[in-house]
Amino acid sequence: MAAHRPPPALAALIARPETGALIATGLVMAFFGLASQAFFTVAGAGVWLESASTYGIMAVAVALLMIGGEFDLSAGVMTGFTALTVGVLATHFGVDIRLAAGLALILALAVGALNGFLVIRTGLPSFIVTLATFFVLQGVDLAVTKLILGQVTVQGLSKVPNYDSIQPIFGSQLQLGQGHFYVSVLWWALCTVAAVWLLNHTRPGNWVYAVGGAPLAARQVGVPVRATKVVLFMGTALAGWLVGMISLFRTSTVQATTGVGQEFIYIICAVVGGCLLTGGFGSVVGASLGALIYGMTFQGITFAQWDTNWLMAFLGVMLLGAVFVNHWIRLRVAPT
Amino acid sequence: MSQSDVPIIAARQVSKAYAGAVALRDVSIEVWAGQVSCVLGDNGAGKSTLIKILAGVHRPTAGQLLLDGRPVDFDGPRAALEVGVATVYQDLAMVPLMPVWRNFFLGRELTVGRGPARRLNRSGMRAIVRQQLSQIGIELRDVDQPIGTLSGGERQSVAIARAIHFGARALILDEPTAALGVKQSEVVLKYIRRARDEGLGVVFITHNPNHAYPVGDHFLVLNHGQAQGYYAKAELSLPDLAAMMAGDPVDLS
Ligand SMILES: Nc1ncnc2c1ncn2[C@@H]1O[C@H](COP(=O)(O)OP(=O)(O)OP(=O)(O)O)[C@@H](O)[C@H]1O
Ligand SMILES: [Mg+2]
Repeated sequence: MAAHRPPPALAALIARPETGALIATGLVMAFFGLASQAFFTVAGAGVWLESASTYGIMAVAVALLMIGGEFDLSAGVMTGFTALTVGVLATHFGVDIRLAAGLALILALAVGALNGFLVIRTGLPSFIVTLATFFVLQGVDLAVTKLILGQVTVQGLSKVPNYDSIQPIFGSQLQLGQGHFYVSVLWWALCTVAAVWLLNHTRPGNWVYAVGGAPLAARQVGVPVRATKVVLFMGTALAGWLVGMISLFRTSTVQATTGVGQEFIYIICAVVGGCLLTGGFGSVVGASLGALIYGMTFQGITFAQWDTNWLMAFLGVMLLGAVFVNHWIRLRVAPT
Repeated sequence: MSQSDVPIIAARQVSKAYAGAVALRDVSIEVWAGQVSCVLGDNGAGKSTLIKILAGVHRPTAGQLLLDGRPVDFDGPRAALEVGVATVYQDLAMVPLMPVWRNFFLGRELTVGRGPARRLNRSGMRAIVRQQLSQIGIELRDVDQPIGTLSGGERQSVAIARAIHFGARALILDEPTAALGVKQSEVVLKYIRRARDEGLGVVFITHNPNHAYPVGDHFLVLNHGQAQGYYAKAELSLPDLAAMMAGDPVDLS
């Protein structure tokens, strides 16, 4: 029996789902490098890297979840939810800020686990289940913050005891020449490396591909499908907490609406990075590149002094292009 | 430890109802080492349901499973796998977008290192897959290609190779030849014979008496969830079996 070979272009995309994102990264870089003097300066790089970093952390976790066959629409609002939890506990209830951060982490993981349990128990699409979580958290963020603080912004956080002991972990920066490089860029790199390790070099990583690509088949060969999915939902919640802490300690304030609307940007980053909407296929590095493209475009448009509304139009075009390529892969490899 | 005086695995009078609808009623089957038991029947006759009970996917609503003559209760497919009852499902239990080697070892991945450094033995797994496949005559240039890009016969063969590699004593094949052409079916029938000759007990499910008769030792014919008969090869001819499948009256006197 002669083995069938996919055509070379398809084979390349299958072996490296991030190929498309890599090409796009180069193009976007070149484009804004030409369009704006500031883009390729040290100061400019610091700005767009910082911008990309928090999206990158989220996109990596969201990509793992999408490869595992699920979505998390509550991922954006989770960043605000965790930051508000810390802000309210520390400024209003006098809870030690380090303890508050720990409590917020536990709370986030619990919400993530709840998302996971609801999805596997009900068998409903995670799109719907996490949409509900999204609305609940959004409502809680606004209502509880207003109820307790009487306003929708946390203030005076930098004056609470022990603030300086925890702030550098999430919000410190390094000055190199004219450029400011935030520690969040380091967190982003760490998350990407950890996720690549997990996905491609460990047994649970193998299960992530399987539960997204064919959950029944995975179960039949003994893969713990449900546990894998729950842990993936906890992963996006964990990332939401990390990004919540980063934005809280960079600015020492947080709004009750923080994170709302960002969830789709994470999904777009993951899709641009090669993740299939149907699960089972994608790349963590690709999702990271997707976030880099987003950060570069977001800041590049500002540097070039264009109307920032072009960003959304650009995102839409990227998404459509990526979805076409991904769909083409899927049809060739797994027709049905 | 020779246990060839008892079947490796047997179902006694098992029944299964899905949400009230009875899919299987009082059916028995035995799987003997070095023999092939064929299960035949029309669409919806309950063939897949029967073997899912043997494989630990479903618990029978009534009846009993015997492993080496002793009652056994599988609480999942993993439990059946652990005692050497391996199943190649109609859908092959494969993830089309995953590379061949990842599919081959799915759920039983090889690792090296300990603790947080414990990682997949990627080169080891690739080498084993390449070697196992070339043994059965499949030469893949790239075990990293998605298994969905292989032909149906190749996928079927990979699935059988996987079951044998992981130490199956009983091999259950759900319609392995259903989607295949004449040549590819022959290849799969060859592996069934080879597995039998290596001493495995094989359950071979098919619609096709022409595939079943040449390799089978026993034949269970299912009809609307009930056993229409359980025959040794000596008791019936290929035309008898074909007639039975067609629903014609058969006189076996
Ligand atoms: N998970 C399930 N839930 C409900 N009903 C089911 C389920 N699986 C099978 N059935 C029903 O049980 C009956 C037997 O199905 P089964 O899959 O065992 O048949 P089969 O002999 O394997 O058929 P085929 O040749 O089409 O594969 C059918 O009526 C089918 O609709
Ligand atoms: Mg069937």
